[in-house]
Amino acid sequence: MSQTFVVGYDGSDAARRAVQFALDRARDQNGRLVVAHVLEWSPYSFLTPTELEERHKRRREELQRAEKALLKPLLDSLKDAGVPVETALKYGNISDTLCDIAGEAGGTQIFIGRNGHSTMGSRIFGSVAGRLAQTASVPVTIVP
Amino acid sequence: MTNTMTRAAFVAALSLGASSPALAQTLDEKVNEIFASSTGWFVDFIFSPFPGTSFPWIVAWLVVAATVFTIYFGFIQFRAFPHSIALVRGDYADPDDAGEVSHFQALATALSGTVGLGNIAGVAVAVGIGGPGATFWMILAGLLGMASKFTECTLAVKYRNEYPDGTVSGGPMYYMTKGMAQRGLPGGRILAVMFAVFCILGALGGGNMFQANQAHAQITNVVGNYPGWITGVVFAAIVFAVIVGGLKSIARVTEKVVPFMGVMYVSVALVIVLANYDKIGWAFGQIFAGAFTGLGVAGGMVGALIQGFKRAAFSNEAGVGSAAIAHSAVRTKEPATEGFVSLLEPFIDTVVICTMTALVIIITGQLVSDPETGRYVLAEGGKMIATVDGNTGVALTSAAFSSTFGWFKYVLALAVILFAFSTMISWSYYGLKAWTYLFGEGHIKELIFKLIFCAFVVVGAAASLGPVIDFSDAAIFAMAVVNIAALYMLMPIVRDEVNGYLSRLKSGEITKHR
Repeated sequence: MSQTFVVGYDGSDAARRAVQFALDRARDQNGRLVVAHVLEWSPYSFLTPTELEERHKRRREELQRAEKALLKPLLDSLKDAGVPVETALKYGNISDTLCDIAGEAGGTQIFIGRNGHSTMGSRIFGSVAGRLAQTASVPVTIVP
Repeated sequence: MTNTMTRAAFVAALSLGASSPALAQTLDEKVNEIFASSTGWFVDFIFSPFPGTSFPWIVAWLVVAATVFTIYFGFIQFRAFPHSIALVRGDYADPDDAGEVSHFQALATALSGTVGLGNIAGVAVAVGIGGPGATFWMILAGLLGMASKFTECTLAVKYRNEYPDGTVSGGPMYYMTKGMAQRGLPGGRILAVMFAVFCILGALGGGNMFQANQAHAQITNVVGNYPGWITGVVFAAIVFAVIVGGLKSIARVTEKVVPFMGVMYVSVALVIVLANYDKIGWAFGQIFAGAFTGLGVAGGMVGALIQGFKRAAFSNEAGVGSAAIAHSAVRTKEPATEGFVSLLEPFIDTVVICTMTALVIIITGQLVSDPETGRYVLAEGGKMIATVDGNTGVALTSAAFSSTFGWFKYVLALAVILFAFSTMISWSYYGLKAWTYLFGEGHIKELIFKLIFCAFVVVGAAASLGPVIDFSDAAIFAMAVVNIAALYMLMPIVRDEVNGYLSRLKSGEITKHR
């Protein structure tokens, strides 16, 4: 069975390392890569009336920007990597949505980068890595 | 030389200090006078009673409409209540639409425009004049109003304008013109223009001046008296920063704090009610008895009924058409879903929050009654029930809550100010939509309205309560006159829409996504 590796990607150095790490594994195991970018979003947040009106327009702009500034350059750089690469772009809670993407793409592993800092915020509210480790239904690799 | 100059400056400063309160006083009074004399005729017309009675025709207009919609849609507010909750929870939301406006967000934004002073000050006024019985009529009007809200919000989504850049504009103006044209009825455009005019007045009145006025009253309650225009200028500057300067951070903070305040308000009220659990039965007894006998309030049963109906309508705005503007932005393929979601609004606003205020006032014994007869004692003048400390309006609510939790008056003051501010932001948007409907969209045109809006904040804070509250109520009710007329003509369209949706829901064509 071929391997499908889902990599969370936000353009940071840590995310690049995660992509590189997953790419090397995919090459060895004859697998493919799904590079996923999640735009943080909660349907229970509060918006002003003006934000409501412009939401659809903003969403379109945000998706275009993510596609153009993040995913497209990465795809271009991986063109000759010798591994099939796809992208996924979604709104939602980052860790939950990464799990969803893995589920839909038949992912066998999730890779994410970690920036190495442990902030007060992540101690209280939990980090993406921590939440993924607890909720994912496939193995998760955290690349430092 | 230096000494003389210093002394002269000191004397000048003193006289300036002495003359400025007097100057401000006359300014406040002047604003008040001009305001009262220029709006009086309009207020008189809207609140004129049926000949030979004291029952204002406008109150009957709203309640009859709510009753008609309730019957016409087969008690939709009760039948669809569980489905409404499921929609707000996001059970039917397509995950691929994540990032678009959710039902929850549209509801929360519309609620932050309606939850506010009506729930705190308005209810105190209603109970103070109409007695506990007013609560019964208020709850009834709230339950019926759910059907009105449902009708207008379904239409608002169905007939909104969607522009190529992805923004939307919706509201009664659009369903009046497009909906009535579709039914082959004349006059849609005239109704829409009238609605837009009243909406602008309502935005400047109830959505602005009343809020500024009450916010100022709250601040003076806490820090002592000072001229209203100062509060007005400060508020106007903040509103200006948000609506003209696009300073989203302030708006965002408010939008986050307001729901928190709402939940806290209801929780504290609940604690007070539960702490007096032995009086709950008695309080409801008072509410029911007062609803039908009046228990000695001015105007008797009709007095209680008018106050209850009036405050419910002013608080939840069902039938007014304002919330239809906020709800029209949601991204849904099914207009009926937004109608279902919006019917929760009068429920939360009136049936839950307003009732809590009323219960706290009644249970904490703020209203003075004669222990012998059980009838309420009227204050001097005979129009209002005497209260323990002679409080009315916000002060009455504040006294009721503070009798259990002394610190709550500060929280309440902050809540009133924040509610006032968020209501202003919502209404500035409603007013703007009406304005652009009349004059077209464009940066300069929009800026003119926003500047007028800010100027009225100052006027509202400086004027005394009487003329302002009358004009606010009148302008908002005038919107309802036009809006409900259109709703009657368009209700068959809503029925088709809802029946279609419900049958697809039943057949399983529309399914839950989680």
